[in-house]
Formats: sequence, C-alpha cells, structure tokens
Amino acid sequence: MNGAGGRQGEELHELRLTVNGAVRTARVPARRLLSDCIRHDLRLTGTHVGCEHGVCGACTILLDGAPVRSCLLLAVSADGAAITTVEGLAEPDGRLSPVQQAFVECHGLQCGFCTSGFLTTITAGLRDIPQPDDEQAREMIGGNLCRCTGYQNILASVHRAAEIIRERAGSRPDAAAGAAVETPAGPA
Amino acid sequence: MSSLFGARVQRVEDDRLVRGHGAYLDDLGPDALAAAFVRSPHAHARITGIDLGRALGAPGLAAIYTHGDLPPRLAEPLPLLIPHPALTHGRTPYPLARGEVNHVGEAVAMVVAADRYLAEDAADLIEVSYEPLPAVVGLDAARAAVHLVHADVPGNRAANAVQEHGDTAAAIAAAPHVLELDLQIERSASTPLEGRGVLARWDEQSQRLVLWTSTQTSTGVRAAVAAKLGLDLTQVDVITPDVGGGFGVKIVHPWPEEVLVPWAARLLGRPVKFTEDRSEHFVASAHERAQQHHVTVGYDDEGRILGLDVRFWHDNGAYVPYGLIVPIVTSTQLLGPYKPAAYRVEFDSLYTNTVLVTPYRGAGRPHGCFVMERTMDALAAALDLDRTVVRERNFIAPSEMPYDQGLIFQDGRPLIYDSGDYPALLAKARDLIGWDKFPPLKDAAAAEGRRIGIGLACYVEGTGVGPYEGAHVMVETSGRVKVATGLTSQGQGHQTMLAQLVADELGVPIADVEVVTGDTRRFGYAVGTFASRTAVMSGSAVTLAARKVKAKALRVAAEALEVSPADLQITRGMVHVKGDPDSGISLGTVAVLSNPLRYAFDDAAAAATQFAGGSDPSKPPVAPDDEPGVEGRAYFSPVRSTFASGIHAAIVETDPDTAEVAILRYCVVHDCGPLINPQIVEGQIHGGVAQGVGGALYERMAYDEDGQLINASFMDFLMPYVSEVPREIEIDHLETPSPLNPLGVKGAGEAGVIPGAAVLAAAIEDAEGIPIRSMPLSPSDLFELRQAREQHPRPGADARPGAAAAPFPAGSTNAG
Repeated sequence: MNGAGGRQGEELHELRLTVNGAVRTARVPARRLLSDCIRHDLRLTGTHVGCEHGVCGACTILLDGAPVRSCLLLAVSADGAAITTVEGLAEPDGRLSPVQQAFVECHGLQCGFCTSGFLTTITAGLRDIPQPDDEQAREMIGGNLCRCTGYQNILASVHRAAEIIRERAGSRPDAAAGAAVETPAGPA
Repeated sequence: MSSLFGARVQRVEDDRLVRGHGAYLDDLGPDALAAAFVRSPHAHARITGIDLGRALGAPGLAAIYTHGDLPPRLAEPLPLLIPHPALTHGRTPYPLARGEVNHVGEAVAMVVAADRYLAEDAADLIEVSYEPLPAVVGLDAARAAVHLVHADVPGNRAANAVQEHGDTAAAIAAAPHVLELDLQIERSASTPLEGRGVLARWDEQSQRLVLWTSTQTSTGVRAAVAAKLGLDLTQVDVITPDVGGGFGVKIVHPWPEEVLVPWAARLLGRPVKFTEDRSEHFVASAHERAQQHHVTVGYDDEGRILGLDVRFWHDNGAYVPYGLIVPIVTSTQLLGPYKPAAYRVEFDSLYTNTVLVTPYRGAGRPHGCFVMERTMDALAAALDLDRTVVRERNFIAPSEMPYDQGLIFQDGRPLIYDSGDYPALLAKARDLIGWDKFPPLKDAAAAEGRRIGIGLACYVEGTGVGPYEGAHVMVETSGRVKVATGLTSQGQGHQTMLAQLVADELGVPIADVEVVTGDTRRFGYAVGTFASRTAVMSGSAVTLAARKVKAKALRVAAEALEVSPADLQITRGMVHVKGDPDSGISLGTVAVLSNPLRYAFDDAAAAATQFAGGSDPSKPPVAPDDEPGVEGRAYFSPVRSTFASGIHAAIVETDPDTAEVAILRYCVVHDCGPLINPQIVEGQIHGGVAQGVGGALYERMAYDEDGQLINASFMDFLMPYVSEVPREIEIDHLETPSPLNPLGVKGAGEAGVIPGAAVLAAAIEDAEGIPIRSMPLSPSDLFELRQAREQHPRPGADARPGAAAAPFPAGSTNAG
C-alpha cells in the first residue's frame, strides 16, 4: 500500500524540457511515455491520447519544431528538447493562432478531443506549405483520425488558416510562412 | 421574429477547446489513484481460480478486488436498463465476473494503485485460471445453438418479438409478384476518440460522493450508482466533463467501472480514476450493427408493395443491458418513407460470446434502411423500373400526415409520423445528384473502360424521443443568464444551440448566456443524450423556461416602470417600453428588484433593500403565489417522437482491377425541420456520412472462431481518415416543421449515418451489375463477387453464398 508517486524500486530520471518557451523539469521512470509526462507530470492536459499506438495523431506535439506522436516517445528520449503543445499555439497576446482561429470559424471541431493533434500538425504543415492546394491539405491531415467531423470542415480550416496567416502577415509576404509557427512573437 | 434561430452562430465551446483548455475525464483528478482491470482473454470460460499472491507485493498497490469482495448490491448483475415483455431471457453482466466469463475483455479483477503503470504491473501479476468453454461467435453459430452462451438460455435466444399490421401472409400470397432476399450487415462500433472514463471522490465528512464520468446520461449514472452503493440521490453528484465523442456507446450505464470506481474510492478514502485505453475500448465497451435479414416482398405490376415480411436475427453479444432497443428500432424504422399495405416483422435477439451490442449512431436504423432500400432496388430491377419511380409509388404522401404505421416504436408509443414531404425530398435529391443526366455519363465512362454507378437511399428517422427533458434559466443580478439542462454533450454544440434559443427568447446577447449540461448539481431531472433528441427535448425545455423567465422579468419591470407588461419588450438585455429602447432598466436590475433584500452587498442591491421604498407595506414582499428571483424551470414531454427524413444519393467508381470503390459524389437531402444552426447541422451530417462510409466500406469487427477480436486497434480497425471520405458532401435542406414541439424541430444527430451502407450498396450494384446483399464491402469482397459471377454468369443468380436468388438482370442499369 502506498500513495500516489510511490515507486519502490523504479529508478527515476531527471528530465529537462523547454515547453512552450519555458524550461520545465520532471523526474520520470524510463518507461514513462512523453504523452503521459506532458499530461500528468507537466499537467498540460491539452495533449490528448486517443490510441496509444501512434495511429490516431491526437497526441501530436511539435518536438524541436517537427510534429511527432508523443505516445510513441519515451519522455527520457526527449530530454533537452523544445516542445510545443496545443497550449503553446496561441499568440503571445492571447489571440488565437491562425490555425486555432480557422478551426473556430470553419466549425473544424466537434468534441475537440482529436483537435489538439490536428492543430499542431497543421501548424507545422503550413510552415512547410504555406498555400496548400486541396490535395496538399488532404495530405497534411491524412494521418490524423477524427470521428466527429467527417474532415470536411477540417480541410476548410486548413485553407482558412493559410489565409489568416497571410492576412496577419499583412503586406509582408516573406513573413507569411513562419509567422504563426516558429516565431512566437508573431507578426508585427 | 428572432435573430439567432437559423443563424450560423460560431460555437461558444470552441475557444476553450482549441486552446487545449478542455477538461476531459483523464484531465481531472491528478491526485487520484488509478484503476486497471484484469480482463478475460477467453470468449467463454469458467474461472477456476484467481491467485493474487504475486500481485499483493506490487509497488504502489492500493487494493485488488474480485467478485468475492463485492458487497451484496454490487455483487448482483448490473441493471437491465430497458425491460421489454419480449425479452424473456435478459442477462446482464456482473461488475466483476462471477465464476464465468462470456466475452474477451470481460472484467475479472480490479486493481487500484498509485498510477496506471503500477496498476497494470500489478494486474499482470494476477493469475486467473480458466477452463475454456466452446465459444459462440457470429449469428450462424448463435442460430445453430450447438453451444450455448448462457447455459440457462435455450437456443441462445434472449428475445423473440413480432409486430404486424394487416394480414401480410395473405397479402403476399395474393400479390402478382414475390421476391425474396437475404441481407446482412456486419459489426461496427461507435469508437469515439476518447474512451470511457470515470473519476470518483468520496468525502467522508459530508458523506457525499462526486462522480465525473464520460457519459451520455449523468442522471442515469447518478440513479444507478446511488442504488448500487446504497446512497440517497442527494448524496451523489454526477458531473459530465468535456466528452471526447459518444455516438451511443456512452449511453450504456452503469458500466462496471462506473460502480466499482466510486465504491473503491469510498473504501480507500482516496479519489480513484479509471481511464479506458484503446485496446480496452474495443473489447470492454460495446459494438453494434450485426444482423441477418430474410425479406419476402409481394408487389404489383407498378411496384407497389402489397405485403412485406421481414424475418431477422440480431446479434446482441454476451449481454443485453440496453434491452431490445436496437432490433426494435430496426424493425420499425425499416419502413422508412414507405407504406406497404401489410407488414410483418419478426426478430430473434441472440446471445454470442462477443462484446455486448448497444446503440451506435443510427441505433438499428442503418440496418433497417439497408434492408428496405435493397428491397426497393431489387423490386425496381425485377420490374425494370427506374429506382426513383418505385420509391415514389410507395411513398406516404404529405397529405396523409400524420401517418400511423400501425406499429409500436422504441418509446413504447405508436409509430405515427408527425410530418414530412418525401416527394419533395426525392425531387431535390434527383436534382442535386443529377439523376436523369447520369446514364450518358455512365456510358461515356464505360467507353473509357471505367465503371461508375449511381444509387440512392431514403430513410425516416424517429428523433426526439421522450419521456422528457427539463431546463432551468436564471438571470443573475449581473444580467448574465445561466441555463442548465440535464442531458449531456459530446461535442454536438449543445451549448451554442441552446444559447441561441435562450438569447432569442429573452432578448439578450448570446455572449451573456451560459449553458451547462450534464451536471446533476445544476439540474437533477433528465434522461440523456441519444436518438437525436437534444434540440427537440432540451431545445423545447429551455425555450419554455426562458419564456417563463421573460414573463417574470416583464412583470417585475412593469411594476418598477409603472407600465403594463404588455407594453414592454427586452432588447439587448434592456427591458424597455416598446418603441423606446433608451428608456428602460437592465435585466440585471430586474433581477435585483425581483429579490427583496434585507442586506445590500453592492449599490445595485441596495435598491431592493427594505428601506429603499417602492414596495407596498400592506402586502408581503414576496406575494403568496410568487418566488424571489428571475428564474424559471420548465419541462418538455412530447406525446411521441418526431420523424426526420432524408435521401442520400451517391456516384461511385469501382476499379476494374483492384475492386476498390471510390466515391465520386455524395449528396444529402435532409429534413430535420427548421434549422437552429445550419453550420452545426451540416457538421453533424458530415460526421455521420463519414461514419456511414466507414460502415459501408471499411469497418468490421473481425472475430475469429474462438471469439478473439483480431483487429482491436486503430491500426487494424479501419476507421476512415480524410482519404476515405467523399471530397465534398453536397447538402440540401428541406424544412418541414413538426407539430409536436414549440420549435417545430426534429433532430439531426444521426441522420448522416443511416443510409450510408444502403446508398453505397446501390451505387456499387449499379456500377458492377452484381447484386450487393451484404455490407461492409471490402475490395476483396467485391473481387470475390466478381469471381462468383464469372463462374456462374446466369442472370438472376445471387452471387453471394447463402443468399437467395433474386431477379437482377446482369449488367443492367436502373437509372433513367
């Protein structure tokens, strides 16, 4: 009998991550999944776990900028990395990011459970392909499962997000691609 | 009259959810102990021993429970939620198996430990000995009944039920033509992205339980948990947090975990949480769909159905906690928009050693629709008539509404359609898909070596079933409006839709309206979310409650302003004389005035205190027939269900080599009465269609003969990604109001999924010229059908093994 956190015999490892721009530490057993570490150790519960075997994409985060499935990584393997979760997508002034805003405008979510993974995936996707055509938009979300929306409005959200990024970048077309993603300072 | 009813209002739920600030079950209770379950690896076995020895020393362990540990009420089988006279052999599971397991995944022991990892470690150390018994898997085995699932249930038969109107046998005997078809549909499941979950916190000082659960009915869980734990209702609060999808599976209650977790939390004096993982969800929740049908239809030269006899077998899995709802819905909703002169339906609900079967979106309707629409197409083929013509000749006319089908529906009430205009729907569907222009397209494609086909399917969906829902609406002294209704939300946008209705009724900005669902602390009387009932039931209830609140607000304001209530109206939260929006008082002030105070807590409240003047000293401050506050509670209880309707039409292309099916166009014509929020309704349709496509082409529960579910993961159970759904779902609406509720609405949650298998079967059949009698249809299935046709190219031969011969001219097209 023991209380929460009691882990006789299990070696704990010190972990240091930059999470949404802030340095965070945790002590975790080697087997702890990164998704569980984010959700339960760091208490960032916006990252959701839908299948625990890398198929649904709900747990997608950005690891050093690249979308990864946090349920397929051990937390210890991410030591030293910079990660962005859904909680870190909004603009510094609190405004929704272009992708978040597009999901709201286009009814791109219903229950919201898979949404975090779509938001992070599309955020990274639009950085690589700022103006996707329909085929590219489908490809961009092709690895994420949603049981509610039938994807129609998620596709619309991808296109709308690209548009919002351009709108927010204003007359600076060179800034359009990265504005919403890698530079949290956002457009001027 | 109103500004928000019918508007594409953006959802009020979304800001929180897209920021990652939602609160789903597993996001709660960070301090809770974790539960994990030892589940049966056998489909059917006797438990001969449970050895906890090695597990008892496991790190972080708090407790292990088996059936022998349960107190008397918990040790009983879980409730049979919906009893029915035909359900003569109803069996429900024990919370933890008692001596026997009847499906892979059945819970045998519960482990509680410091976290889920440690709980699973301990669970792995528990050694359960089994004596395997023969497993009954699939309807063929269940019907053959060589082996029994429950030793005391002869023939594996939970129920046999018959309904009939007219003399069907005589009608068929006298009919000029008779056709027989064997049809079947396989298992699928709701498969929400979030599995089940429950968190319980017992407070020893106050002797009260708070339970959070990912459910479609918080009041149902509350009543069941209170009964099972021997608590009064007032000792139990059930709160539904954000729910990551339901689609039916979460209406079942109480799940074993929903009673065991609070029981353990009370015993241990610690919060306890269970979060279902994906592999558990496949084997420990519920599935749906599997049925076999034999249809005999007698019809005249014009294609009018004179007699329809349907005999079907329903696989209910190992237990029937949800009663016969699914097969009853199939047997009644099968009729769709048609009026056979005589109809007889008989079904057996049969046990198998598989996961229990309870409603999944559509809840029996997709099967019924598949059977009826396949029958219509077969009949059209036999008579060489256009498929739309045959349907139109069998439609109930708008002038015949309300139309009594002469049966009893799933709510125990007569199956009487309230309203609908099926010919108008058909005209819209023909237009939208371009039905009449298709034959030349098909010929042109054929000239290029391509196979394309068109199909359509009609349905009627009983929605908004009772018995009731209620709502409470209250104006705060801030002017903000708080709304509570007891049913729950799983992503449908209820908070938005209900806020639209209240904002309209009260004349306040929608931003000032906050809606809470599924929290028994806020509203204790409710039924739940199922059968596309929220707009009808809670929509009507909040409307009626808001009307009461408005009447009260106008009365209080009229006294303050010394005018007649009839001269007042509310605009943007201000109560004012009609035509003079600048002279009035705010709803917040009205709320202050409605509540005579002794104590002032701020300047506004001072206006309602006893020395502020204004009240008549000869009368009591609160009149005998009045209450303080501007609030209202109302219930809506309709005499029977509303009936939404629709038609889907699709064009598919089948690959001559790979037998893959591509959906070229998918059109939906939909009538759910007046649309409260078209964006939300269309979202429901999109999601439903995707599930319909999944059920038609991809999803099946692959049980092997031993009852192992061999595709129990998202890797192997093929839920559609974006690549599997139609590129565009084209939608047209018809709005036929229901006379049965104050809003005229009908409900839209399930419509999208219902005709999926039927319409795609029709289109594939048209493309291939092969009768399609079984869904889902994988490329391998279609390939085998082609092979069978090549071996037996006889026109009229049904290529599917076990299927009866049906006259279907090979290679014919019924379009145009």
